Amino acid sequence: MRLFRFRGGVHPEGHKELTEERPITQLPLPERLYVPVQQHIGAPAKPVVTAGDPVAKGALIATAQGALSASVHAPTSGRIAAIEEHPAPHPSGLPVPTIVIESDGEDRWADTLDSVDPFTLTPEAIAGRVAAAGIVGMGGATFPSAVKLNLGRTQPLATLIINGGECEPYLTCDDRLMREQAGTVVDGIRIMLHAAAIERALVGIEDNKPAALAAMRKAAQAFPGIDIVAVPSLYPMGSEKQMIYALTGREVPAGKRPGDIGVLVHNVATAHAVSRAVRTGRPLLSRVVTVSGGAVRDRHNLEVPIGTRVSELLRHCGVTGEPARLLMGGPMMGMVLPHAEVPVVKGSNGVIALTTAEVAPHAAMPCIRCGRCVGACPVGLVPLDLMSRVRGGDLDGAVDSGLVDCLSCGSCAYVCPAHLPLTQYFNFAKGELVIRDQERRKAEFTRTLAAERQERLERQRREKAAAMAARKAKKMAEQGADA
Amino acid sequence: MVTAVVALTIIGLVLGYLLGLAARRFHVEEDPLIDEIAGMLPGTQCGQCGFPGCGQAAAALASGQASVTCCPPGGRALAEALARRLGVPIDLPAGEEDGPRLALVDESLCIGCVKCYKACPTDAIVGAPKQIHVVMQRACTGCGACIDVCPTECLTLVGTTATLGTWRWPKPLPEAA
Repeated sequence: MRLFRFRGGVHPEGHKELTEERPITQLPLPERLYVPVQQHIGAPAKPVVTAGDPVAKGALIATAQGALSASVHAPTSGRIAAIEEHPAPHPSGLPVPTIVIESDGEDRWADTLDSVDPFTLTPEAIAGRVAAAGIVGMGGATFPSAVKLNLGRTQPLATLIINGGECEPYLTCDDRLMREQAGTVVDGIRIMLHAAAIERALVGIEDNKPAALAAMRKAAQAFPGIDIVAVPSLYPMGSEKQMIYALTGREVPAGKRPGDIGVLVHNVATAHAVSRAVRTGRPLLSRVVTVSGGAVRDRHNLEVPIGTRVSELLRHCGVTGEPARLLMGGPMMGMVLPHAEVPVVKGSNGVIALTTAEVAPHAAMPCIRCGRCVGACPVGLVPLDLMSRVRGGDLDGAVDSGLVDCLSCGSCAYVCPAHLPLTQYFNFAKGELVIRDQERRKAEFTRTLAAERQERLERQRREKAAAMAARKAKKMAEQGADA
Repeated sequence: MVTAVVALTIIGLVLGYLLGLAARRFHVEEDPLIDEIAGMLPGTQCGQCGFPGCGQAAAALASGQASVTCCPPGGRALAEALARRLGVPIDLPAGEEDGPRLALVDESLCIGCVKCYKACPTDAIVGAPKQIHVVMQRACTGCGACIDVCPTECLTLVGTTATLGTWRWPKPLPEAA
């Protein structure tokens, strides 16, 4: 099959050898789980339990609200200890509403499980089961999966692309999942093909994962509609737009979604979760997390219940003391965590604890306009120009230069010989754009409110005057009649 | 009699003609820019800019007598839009803005006098006589019109606290670039 090479990209050191031979193991059940009600893009789920309620494993604890949302389920059995604000896995460490579950250690299932043959179900019913299981994109973007599966009814879709890129350094959770559970992953792909009424699936796996490629090829042998494709190892291959280009040679236009060019993209771990949810009714309760980095003694690929605090993972894997930097996700696009008390959520694919030597900072120096960032940018932007515009406060200029197309992949900052914080500037500018948009929308809203109030006051004045005139006329008439 | 009527008619016609000519000759064009700027301003007539209302502020902005940063309820977005429209440079230090300040009712002091919600230009305060009032943050522009009318001084303008939905990355430090 012909492959296409997207522009730019970098080859960061993989560090995958640290964990790629570590089979997936179960993390011992923690005593307390902190399950945030928002672990996805869209509206937060609404809690349907109250503090003190007993819950069984797999029971619904917060239900999806609105068209773009995802339900949340109890990852184990026990008691709802509290519904409170708890720090989110986010660089700001700000609190979000979180359901705290005290485990009873029994891990007792709710009787909601039912086995069905997915191929007897209608596509709507499959999407319904995926939605009921609270499945979101597990590659990290956490877009509710059922919403994506339903796209096929509004847009013609020709290809399903399954993203097994896993291009971030250190992470091996998808690699291990494909090696150990290839059958389930392929089954999930078949179910998604059926649900979205698509004939053909392309599974893109980076060629630095030969064992995963072999396992997936073997599992997909019997299904001619599913092609397992080895793609070159090049960061950011795991970005959906880059993966689509590599496999199909088609570029997603700026500001559009893959659906607009007839492509649907899901992650391998999402396929795995879909198979389990649709076949057995098992909601998304746990995920595989790579725990790696120089500060970790026993690096693992762990199956972790959603809501487990990062500190429990670190303790299990033998991290003593404070690592120099703690990341959720990979080192290129992952989030710096302020502390280890934040929970693992549906989109957490890795916890990386780094030593001082690994994060040794370099002092930034002035830009020498060498253009290496231009060569590295996978979307064809000119990062040095973008950065100088953002630094100078020219946000409109930055937008004209393609700020919104930036993936924040970090390739430019990775190759910059002056160690300039390019990606940090772009993230700042994107935040400013959002603030500007919010302020504009609020101003419009308050302007209509003010106009409505003016109109109402005017109307009241008019009505008052009219009533007065009517009263006067009536009085005059009465006086006239008396005289 | 006839002479007087004719004379007055002629005088009237001549003067009327002169007036008509003068009106055309000395016609003052209302600046369309003022209307455009008035459309951009919040229209709440709060007076925080120092002008009696948004119309006067728009005129002052159009003639360059007011700064584009004069409207607190409009915030940074409005200042930037005005600077773009008027082609003037603007110096808004990023990140140093403490964010919007919105009105907040201290419920222990509110006596339910309904004065504040009558004063609010955007109907952002709800309440009823002898009931504690509350400010709808979504509709409040922080204009402060309610502050002065409150007899118990229970209204204050407070900064909003960041949540996960409003938190943004800060600008990298200048020495790091």
